[in-house]
Amino acid sequence: MDEEYDVIVLGTGLTECILSGLLSVEGKKVLHMDRNDYYGGESASLNLTQLYRKFRPGQEPPSTFGRDRDWNVDLIPKFAMASGEFTNILYHTDVTRYLEFRQIAGSYVYRDARISKVPSNNTEAVSSPLMGIFEKRRAKKFFEFIQAYDFTNPATHQGLDLNTVPMTEVYKKFGLETGTQDFLGHALALHLDDAYLTQPAKETYERICLYMNSMARYGKSPYIYPLYGLGELPQGFARLSAIYGGTYMLSKKIDEVVYENGKVVGVKSEGETAKTKAVIGDPTYFSDKVKKAGQVVRAICILNHSIPNTADADSLQIVIPQNQVNRSHDIYVAAVSYAHNVSAKDYWVAIVSTLVETAKPEEELQPALALLGPIAEKFVDITDLYEPTTDGKAEGVFVTKSYDATSHFETVCQDVKDVYKRVTGNELKVENMVKKQEEGGAAE
Amino acid sequence: MSAPSQTPAAAGAASNTPSSTAPSASTTNADASSAAAALKPIQVKLVLLGEAAVGKSSLVLRFVNNEFQENKEPTIGAAFLTQKCKLDDKIIKFEIWDTAGQERFHSLAPMYYRNAQAAVVVYDITKAASLDKAKSWVKELQRQANPNIVIALVGNKLDLAATSRAVPAEEASAYATEAGLLFAEASAKTGDNVMDVFTEIAKKIPLEQLLASRGRAGASGASGAGAAGRVDLNAGPGGRNAPQGQCGC
Repeated sequence: MDEEYDVIVLGTGLTECILSGLLSVEGKKVLHMDRNDYYGGESASLNLTQLYRKFRPGQEPPSTFGRDRDWNVDLIPKFAMASGEFTNILYHTDVTRYLEFRQIAGSYVYRDARISKVPSNNTEAVSSPLMGIFEKRRAKKFFEFIQAYDFTNPATHQGLDLNTVPMTEVYKKFGLETGTQDFLGHALALHLDDAYLTQPAKETYERICLYMNSMARYGKSPYIYPLYGLGELPQGFARLSAIYGGTYMLSKKIDEVVYENGKVVGVKSEGETAKTKAVIGDPTYFSDKVKKAGQVVRAICILNHSIPNTADADSLQIVIPQNQVNRSHDIYVAAVSYAHNVSAKDYWVAIVSTLVETAKPEEELQPALALLGPIAEKFVDITDLYEPTTDGKAEGVFVTKSYDATSHFETVCQDVKDVYKRVTGNELKVENMVKKQEEGGAAE
Repeated sequence: MSAPSQTPAAAGAASNTPSSTAPSASTTNADASSAAAALKPIQVKLVLLGEAAVGKSSLVLRFVNNEFQENKEPTIGAAFLTQKCKLDDKIIKFEIWDTAGQERFHSLAPMYYRNAQAAVVVYDITKAASLDKAKSWVKELQRQANPNIVIALVGNKLDLAATSRAVPAEEASAYATEAGLLFAEASAKTGDNVMDVFTEIAKKIPLEQLLASRGRAGASGASGAGAAGRVDLNAGPGGRNAPQGQCGC
């Protein structure tokens, strides 16, 4: 490792692995190290032994859970939006070659103490039990407005310029009830809180479009998920980096990051120093360069049945809008099952999460836990979220963000683009980056 | 699936396009293309494992590339290489994954051998320690990989047997028998036994079972578990042509 690299990356979480992959493809010489003996860091998926070692030290997993190898339990619940930026990066980097994806079977929203499917177009709105007959008509008009809206054609604006008017004005124009606003803003636009209401409507409009476009792609839900768990994703991008010449070292203890005259010049590990001009790392490698930006509570629940009232769905998301349970932040449920090769046969893994608001985080999850039916085992994790205090350009040290409470990878992509720009000075453009390999699956 | 175009020169010139268009490797060449057109190839994922520098990539390049294309550089940016093998009335299309150097610092990801139907575990007959490493890979595969995986243990560098052999063939062979592996000694340099290794693997893969399970996977409409609901992202990203900030629906 006594060599010189363009970039040294510390930590093999998803954000870092995507960056390694992209930089390697561009011809940068990359060294990627992790202190753990496995890929993924916080974005790894754990088998039973690893899961119990983390949450129940000294305790054996019950034999009813079956074989260790059948389990790949995520620590951070996220799905990919089928038409989102993350899927776009997967496609254009050809990482789709290494992974298999499956749809998430349903998208649900909580209203008045029960869950219903999220309607995502005017036809579904008409049949949704979420709204009364008159509200349905209003919602239908709203969806028609969204679908017809064209920023360049004022005739489609109905007097609302989405660049400037706040979302409340749009809701008001269509006379939508607060309960309807809850599912539009939280289950479709996937806002975590109500701050968006007073912001220009454009962002909410774009988020609703992303949801609808993703929904239209495969039908059952806007989400897709990799077989064997999210931990496959960083491994896929690490392989991309490796086939473009990236060097990978696991189980490497990082002694120190070496600076000269305030600029990074290398990374010292186990007595050897690798030279470099830039270092990228996750917050756990740079506790002195990050600040706390919040706290998330997550309960990983193992179930031996499907989630009640979901028609035996093999996977789903439930959004509990904050207003519905008198909170400031939404609660999410993300459930996957043996159909995604993440658990033994006939088991489901549901992760309930939210941003912490009180001194008793676990109790905050109660409204969601109550929807799951009997829980065979529950592991509660309370994690601080960190973000970098500087853009890193002065020292050449670029720190990524923790994985936030959103239910998808779009904010991870924003962080990737942001760090990429800080490191290279250029905007990320993934289109045509990789010469795509001849269709290997053509025989299928 | 189009029939392989018989243009090895053009294929060689196209950098970063490792998918070989060379004719069927093992048995027949002459009318491989017409046969291929009639038969739907069965895709098989094959992974290479073994210590660094035992000749994993060389073995595959020997297998995949036209023999007369000697000086091909190691492929950068190839997800995998492909080669077809004709077997009786079937065509097997090997999708061959190389380690991309990730084995060097014990950093090979489990994703690598996920869903592999075959593995070639390579050691160097002139280096005794490389057989130990091969054995530990076999153990890892038996613990983590697909239970039906076909594993071949291959002692490479047979061309050096006379001068610097360090692993007796009997020793490795006895181990392979005991562990239920195919076994061969081969030379990527001379080509000795290389084709045979892949042909033997092809013969041992439970094709009927593979096709049956894929048949189920293809059946759509069923809800719940099973393979329905798989999505093919290689077909293209959704909404990629939709302008930013406009609903494509």
